[in-house]
Amino acid sequence: MASRQFATFEVDGQLFGVEVHTVQEVLSYNEYTPVPLAPPAVGGLFNLRGQVIAAVDLRVQLGLARQTLEGPVMNVILRGDGEPVSLLVDKIGEVVDLDDERFEPPPDTLSGPTRELVVGTFKLDGRLMLALDVVQAVDTYRATN
Amino acid sequence: MEDMGEIVGEFLMESHENLDQIDRDLVSLEQEPGSRDLISRIFRAIHTIKGTSGFLAFSRLEKLAHAGESLLSRLRDGVQPVTPDTITVLLLCIDGVRSILASIEETGSEAEVEIESMIVKIQAQMNAPTDGAPVADSTPPPAPNPAFEAEEPVSVEQAAGEAVRPAPEPVEEQRQPIGQILVDAGAAQSTDVASALQQQIEGDERKLGTILLEEGKTQPAAVNEALQSQTPKRSIADSAIRVDVELLDTLLNMVGELVLARNQLVRGVTEVGDSGLVRSAQRLGMITSELQAGIMKTRMQPIEHIWSKLPRVVRDLSNSLGKQVQLVMQGKDTELDRSLLEAVKDPLTHLVRNAVDHGIEDPERRTAAGKNPEGTLTLRAYHEGGHVAVEVADDGAGLDVERIAQKAVEKGLLRPDQVPNMDRRDIMAMVFQPGFSTAAKVTNVSGRGVGMDVVKTNIENIGGAVSVDSTAGEGTVWRLTIPLTLAIIQALTVDCGEHRYVVPQVAVLELVFIDGKTTKIEYASGAPVYRLRGKLLPLIRLDRALGLEVGGDHGVYIMVLQADGRRFGMVVDRVLNTEEVVVKALNTRFKDIGLYAGATILGDGKVGLILDVSSLARRSQLAVDSERENVVDKRGSASGSTERLLVTAVGERRVAIPLDTVTRLEEFPRDRIEHAGSREVVQYRGQILPLVRLSHLLGAYGEELEGDTVSVVVYSEGGKSVALVVDRIVDIAENSTTARRDAEEDGLVGTAVIQQRVTELLDVRRAILAADPNFYSASMDDMLVEA
Repeated sequence: MASRQFATFEVDGQLFGVEVHTVQEVLSYNEYTPVPLAPPAVGGLFNLRGQVIAAVDLRVQLGLARQTLEGPVMNVILRGDGEPVSLLVDKIGEVVDLDDERFEPPPDTLSGPTRELVVGTFKLDGRLMLALDVVQAVDTYRATN
Repeated sequence: MEDMGEIVGEFLMESHENLDQIDRDLVSLEQEPGSRDLISRIFRAIHTIKGTSGFLAFSRLEKLAHAGESLLSRLRDGVQPVTPDTITVLLLCIDGVRSILASIEETGSEAEVEIESMIVKIQAQMNAPTDGAPVADSTPPPAPNPAFEAEEPVSVEQAAGEAVRPAPEPVEEQRQPIGQILVDAGAAQSTDVASALQQQIEGDERKLGTILLEEGKTQPAAVNEALQSQTPKRSIADSAIRVDVELLDTLLNMVGELVLARNQLVRGVTEVGDSGLVRSAQRLGMITSELQAGIMKTRMQPIEHIWSKLPRVVRDLSNSLGKQVQLVMQGKDTELDRSLLEAVKDPLTHLVRNAVDHGIEDPERRTAAGKNPEGTLTLRAYHEGGHVAVEVADDGAGLDVERIAQKAVEKGLLRPDQVPNMDRRDIMAMVFQPGFSTAAKVTNVSGRGVGMDVVKTNIENIGGAVSVDSTAGEGTVWRLTIPLTLAIIQALTVDCGEHRYVVPQVAVLELVFIDGKTTKIEYASGAPVYRLRGKLLPLIRLDRALGLEVGGDHGVYIMVLQADGRRFGMVVDRVLNTEEVVVKALNTRFKDIGLYAGATILGDGKVGLILDVSSLARRSQLAVDSERENVVDKRGSASGSTERLLVTAVGERRVAIPLDTVTRLEEFPRDRIEHAGSREVVQYRGQILPLVRLSHLLGAYGEELEGDTVSVVVYSEGGKSVALVVDRIVDIAENSTTARRDAEEDGLVGTAVIQQRVTELLDVRRAILAADPNFYSASMDDMLVEA
């Protein structure tokens, strides 16, 4: 039975996961430069060892209010297509090994912006993890498309 | 064999450089056929290629180089003269060598390249009619002196064959043998040098100069002098090394990070407050800055690198077109970042080809015009205010402005009515429009209409600019303005609200502090302006442009900016300092916003956005309040560097009002006009709106139009409004502000031709004062202050 590793994190109490190989690193950062007139999902820019990284506010992508960005915020930095991009999340979880048999498509009752970002549901012990579509999750023009 | 790849790689790189040099030298040799220096240099270079290709077993390359060398040796020995034909064949030979090298680089083999026909041509040239009848050359053929032996092709082959000291050969080639220098200087006898060389060959380990000195055949001073005259050539070979550009880029990035780490350290140390540590940190800071400067410098290259191919281009092209062109280069040493050099190369080549093809006339026409039959093409590079300017100037016929205008109209790039109002230079700039070409016939060189717009795009992509100026009959100057480096720019950091932004310094003309008393921001119908030395400077508020909370008008700064030929002021809260910032490309997701040219890491480690001043300038044109936007939107008017005018009819006259000053257009029922004293007023949005009839103000002829309604143009400022009554709203037009004539007539600021009709430009201020003498009462005071 094939199994995959997921890096997990929480947003608004819900556990999400992305496959480990898509993640460059995870770090906490507290100084973001806002980008006026950028799509609302853009939380800001920050300096990762001399590289300018755009942080996408996952809360906004999920249809929630934006992060306040006061004080440290956790970043899940995804390798992205050509350039790294960060997802702002509430809390970092563990890396979990999941068998494919625990996978199910998103429940029919799931709707709204979350539905568009989620590729499936993994049944963990005691809670559910939603697997994110990393391309959709960082697409800040998604809402307008 | 592993090393072999590296050796071949180095050989390729070195040969490419040598070939470029040979190209240049051959073209120069054509100009001065008697130059033995040039022949020797070409000979040495091709000899090196031949020697190395033999060593690396590229036999075809060796054969071709050998053929070229044989021809050159005849030129050198004066057996046959240098003719344009010889040069052409030699250039052909160099091209052959190039294509073999290219094939080696691509496939690792030279087998594919056909060289026989070239060799035949070279040999034919050697047997040309002049053969056997050497021209009486003033310089006698060199004496068969052993000191020159090393340069004879035959001896090298022998040397290689006998494996006698093969290694030093290429190095020796780089400089004149010391024996020869001594003989030339008359400080030693050639026979003595020969015997000393013989001793070396027989195993004497001492240097040539030492042998001569110890045997008393020459003077120490002469040897010293000879050694020194050798040095310059050696120093280039010995003191320079090749470095992979990627390595430099990596180093540059690492230095960037070092700077950040240093900044954080300095901040931390300052908090600790240990003076010893602070000093160390400051020292670290200085070293880091110098290191950064040093790394930046390694990326700089003289523009000569991209110019080197141009003499050949000009020669080949002018020959094939039957033109005579002399190429002059000025400022070869001007340095540019190498990535920029790469980007400039193709546009520059295109401009040069275009100048030879279309700029410079053929000799007959030049003679007929009383010019020297030989045209001059001048390449000029120089530094200018943080930029490098590169000019391609020809002394040809110049651009035909009328034809360009006509063509632009034909292609639909201009409306016929726009042309009379356009500046000469603006018309010339049409050649940079896509799909524009005035070439009467399409040649394979240029004139396909895909040239100039590409030049413009390429140069603008690297943050540069292109312009052209031309005088009929005297020539054309194409001018490229290029930033010194892509990676680092001089910039001003400014604060706007809580955020910090970076403005490239090239765009900044001056800074003005607004204290709200002696200097202040005024509003023309909601549009902020500043009186800069008596002229109104349109302002944009950075906070408004960025959609941030709009701040106050006092204690702020105006940055006077210039971009896209427009001058405007940008209001920011604070100007902090000027510094060099490293430009980082901005994530593609922000390209659409268009306001940012990139990002950078500021001194405190935070990311700062670099503002794109040209796009701010374009936006500033639309910075009008919503009511006016409605007026504008109906027309779908385009933005540009022109002023938009509302054209109205007043009697038989056409009167234009700058759209910037218009708040609304209204129609009032005639019966709503009431009288207050001698004035006409209407009730409008709970206010009393004074009216002024432009027909009265301007003393227009013709009768008052009868009708149920009157058309008015409403102007508001600071809560007050007035209405200008016109007969009819005609249109909204664009007008370049330069094409007008000042009028003496009262109530007007001038006249202009708009839509092919003479139109008067209203002095809005006077008209408003006629309607309401107290309209400006608040701002009158500071007019007095300024006066």
